[in-house]
Amino acid sequence: MAPPRPKPKLDQENTPFWTGGADGKLNIIKCSDCGEYTHPPRVLCRHCQSENVAPEAVAGTGVIDTMTVNYQPWAKDLPVPFVIARVALDGVPGVYLTTNIVNSPVEDVKFGDAVRVTFEENDGIFYPLFEKVS
Amino acid sequence: MAKEAYITGVGQSEVGVRLPRHPLLLTLDAAREAVAEAGLTFDQIDGVFSFPGKASGYLAFSPIGTDDVIEALGIKSKWQMGAFEQPAQLSAIGMAAWAVKEGICRHVLCFRTVYEAGGMADPAHYMPTPSDTTSGASQWTSPFWATSAACWVAQYAARHMHRYGMTREQLGQIAINGSKNAMLNPRARAITKEELTLEKYMSARLISTPLCLYDCDRFSDASTVIIVSAGDALDEIKCEPIRIAAMSGSVDRYSWDQVEWPAAYDAGRDLWTHTDYTVNDVDIAQFYDGFAFLPITWLEGLGFCEKGEGGKFIEGGTRIARDGELPLNTSGGQLGSGRLHGFGFAHEAVTQLRGNGGDRQIPGDPKVAVATSGGGPLAAALLLTRD
Ligand SMILES: [Zn+2]
Repeated sequence: MAPPRPKPKLDQENTPFWTGGADGKLNIIKCSDCGEYTHPPRVLCRHCQSENVAPEAVAGTGVIDTMTVNYQPWAKDLPVPFVIARVALDGVPGVYLTTNIVNSPVEDVKFGDAVRVTFEENDGIFYPLFEKVS
Repeated sequence: MAKEAYITGVGQSEVGVRLPRHPLLLTLDAAREAVAEAGLTFDQIDGVFSFPGKASGYLAFSPIGTDDVIEALGIKSKWQMGAFEQPAQLSAIGMAAWAVKEGICRHVLCFRTVYEAGGMADPAHYMPTPSDTTSGASQWTSPFWATSAACWVAQYAARHMHRYGMTREQLGQIAINGSKNAMLNPRARAITKEELTLEKYMSARLISTPLCLYDCDRFSDASTVIIVSAGDALDEIKCEPIRIAAMSGSVDRYSWDQVEWPAAYDAGRDLWTHTDYTVNDVDIAQFYDGFAFLPITWLEGLGFCEKGEGGKFIEGGTRIARDGELPLNTSGGQLGSGRLHGFGFAHEAVTQLRGNGGDRQIPGDPKVAVATSGGGPLAAALLLTRD
């Protein structure tokens, strides 16, 4: 059986990101003063240092900025190969997510592919994975 | 000569895989060799600097702290520093340069001791306590099994291939060049047993595309010591001093996946703003190669070639060979001579500038070297000169 994904330790800053999938939301911290996004999430805006920040549900679509096909099983019984990608989120300039591209054979995943979020839940964490938009 | 900082003694322990020798004794071996070369005794050392300091929760990564060295070697230290929060590994040597330029210390012992191979064989003492959660920066990568820096560097390398057409045959020259040099380095015997060929490289097991097994350095047990001395203390020194002519560092964002370009580009550009030397003066390059793509970021970042041209620069390996226009990683680098974690590059630069490279000594009369460390968001560079 595949090992469980490493589980983020929830705190004040990261909880909206890791649990937003319960409502189907990909939450990224947005500043209501300057309009910029801050990721990884913080209690302030990294662009203008405003404290008027809150999680915003973003579109959940994006493109593959870069990717690697991982062959090394980093944990016992981890199935390989699989795609690790860095996704540039639509409408969220400057924010990337490291993630996995799922539901496609690895050879079908390419740079620049359009993708959308799909959440995988385990033990209260909603992991934002991405799949190709067909 | 006041207000200048010099590397004087350098020393290195045996480099091995699962060495039975205690890491404190490896540190002693390297320290003894370094002070002997400088013509100093431990009594004359008045500062101890390290990266990253003792990693109490993960001793295999860094088993020895500055306190341990001060205590065990009987050093009367005026200033010490061991910290992870610096631009990169070689920044500890840069900090020591500051200390001697300020006149706070005269001779600073800088060290990096690793016990990552031996530590894995003795997990109860040396490895982290397993945790059922991840936090801090790793929470953004490890939940997606981007567990190792190999996966992070792989994505930068893959993008370079996609954007600029770098090939695996080109990338492979870093490991091949390293293995050739390592075969001539007596201290690399435990790490490199035979020369790597392109055929063997191309058929190697993939770790995370485009990186294969030979593109990743190997856990090692060793200590490297670099003594930094003040310009007005050189009358106490017996060896040829090597000047720290410039240094630079960069951490833009402490994140492997939110930055467009690795920090090597900023640190590389910045290095030349602190010196009259230019990239054309460099005789030797010792570039951090924990993963084979990283030297390419330094080649481009420092301006040896344009951004995106690094693959072409190393094609065929002739330019970076010992008799090429820019000899690279003449000790074998970390790929060929073990994961010494940054300090090996300063050690080898000094060794070559002094003509002490033995069978691997580059020809000519090298006077200027660049040593770098770091990858992804971390970067530090030293310009070392014999002038
Ligand atoms: Zn703002």
